[in-house]
Amino acid sequence: MSERLRVDPIGCQGHGVCAELLPERIALDEWGYPLLAAGDLPAGLRREARRAVAACPARALHLTGTPAGPVLRALQRLPRQHTGNTQDQRPQSAS
Amino acid sequence: MSAPPATHGLLAAADPSLATHLATHGPLSGQVDLVALAERAGLVGRGGAGFPTARKLRAVADAARATRTTPVVVANGSEGEPAAFKDAVLLSRAPHLVAEGLHLAAAAVGADSVVLAVGPGQAAEVGRQLAGRPDRSPIRVVPVAGHFLAGEETALVGAVDGGLPLPRGKVPPVWQRGVQGRPTLVHNVETLARLALLARGDRSAAGRTLVTRHTATVDVVEVPLGARLGDVLPVPAGVQAVLVGGYHGSWLPAAVAADVRLDRDGLASVGASLGAGVLAALSADRCGVRETARVVGYLAASSAGQCGPCLNGLPRIAAALGLLARPGGAPAARARLLQDVARWSGLVVGRGACAHPDGTVRLVASALRVFGGELAAHAAGWCTGAPPTPAFLPVPTVGAAA
Repeated sequence: MSERLRVDPIGCQGHGVCAELLPERIALDEWGYPLLAAGDLPAGLRREARRAVAACPARALHLTGTPAGPVLRALQRLPRQHTGNTQDQRPQSAS
Repeated sequence: MSAPPATHGLLAAADPSLATHLATHGPLSGQVDLVALAERAGLVGRGGAGFPTARKLRAVADAARATRTTPVVVANGSEGEPAAFKDAVLLSRAPHLVAEGLHLAAAAVGADSVVLAVGPGQAAEVGRQLAGRPDRSPIRVVPVAGHFLAGEETALVGAVDGGLPLPRGKVPPVWQRGVQGRPTLVHNVETLARLALLARGDRSAAGRTLVTRHTATVDVVEVPLGARLGDVLPVPAGVQAVLVGGYHGSWLPAAVAADVRLDRDGLASVGASLGAGVLAALSADRCGVRETARVVGYLAASSAGQCGPCLNGLPRIAAALGLLARPGGAPAARARLLQDVARWSGLVVGRGACAHPDGTVRLVASALRVFGGELAAHAAGWCTGAPPTPAFLPVPTVGAAA
């Protein structure tokens, strides 16, 4: 699953923490607001990207393209009788 | 004036009363498949983005069905664009066409509440005209602040909900979650009025559009799409450039503008779009850089100030353009200003929650392209504009409204 970084332009207050934590993908413009590298996030940077997302004081940095977090993915790998899930195993929000 | 006859259509009724409206257009026939009608006619929205009307109707109806909520229909007549008057003229001359379009759209998507958002000066009069309508659900007329971004659809939804008219970003889109969190159909008032004509069997309704013309005078006329721009707006020898679309639009050199076809493809071929339907012919004795600098100053002041790049970039671009609009100055300093404008323009595009920075930069870029000669004159220390002329493009003062 490819992931992509996204900034909520209204939420972003230009703290600049993201560029400190993920300089490989995020630079700051001359006013201190993040400029994201184009394209999908390389798999090798996922951990750093998650850290940057978690550290944003304005909660304005997001990783998109992930249909399910690790816990949900683990649950989906379980057989149905363990989860009580009789529906299709995919989360229903997509569609 | 070489404009084609434009007396039939949206503005045909002699006065805004219901009796005259019915005498002019006749009654609405019963059941129509509005989505199919709009689709067959190829109707696109008249608010600026030019989105296909049928697709929007379908999206709202589908979202409502999927979430089992009743949608809301909002007619957007707020017209925050200072150079555009077509929606105000339409509402004052043909309010019942708009009301009918609203109810038709509401029936098509299954909405139970209909809202008509108008500029602050028009709410009372429009409400009075619509008071006697025999509709089952009354139209709620909501006055919205007349500032530039108030008509942006997410800002409009905020205002209709009783909040501040500020853009909130496109996710989720208003057709999924708009007024009261319900799927919301936002159509420009002209789009809705055209639906009312289409529902009467006037197949040509989608092939015409309202434009606000600025020449020596200002007027609003209905013109056929696909007409030669020079036939719609007189572009005599004394005109140097035409502003197409409005303050998020583009300047075109007069020679290019005169022959361009006034429709989506024709305008796109010269990098322009119909936008809010503004056509303004700038005469040769005016300074295009100075006119643009004033407009961009207004646009910068109209930023909602929510997104960092727009908040920081637009005032800087406006200030630099203001300096470039004055003749004189060191050539190196002027060259640096142009570089600054180019860099700042690149830094604001695509980085706002709404299209305000992108639209502003579009206008600036077109001005720098079209008024290159004027910029060179300024660098040489003079200006072709006659100094005492009052401003051509209307620019309200921002402050009380912001």
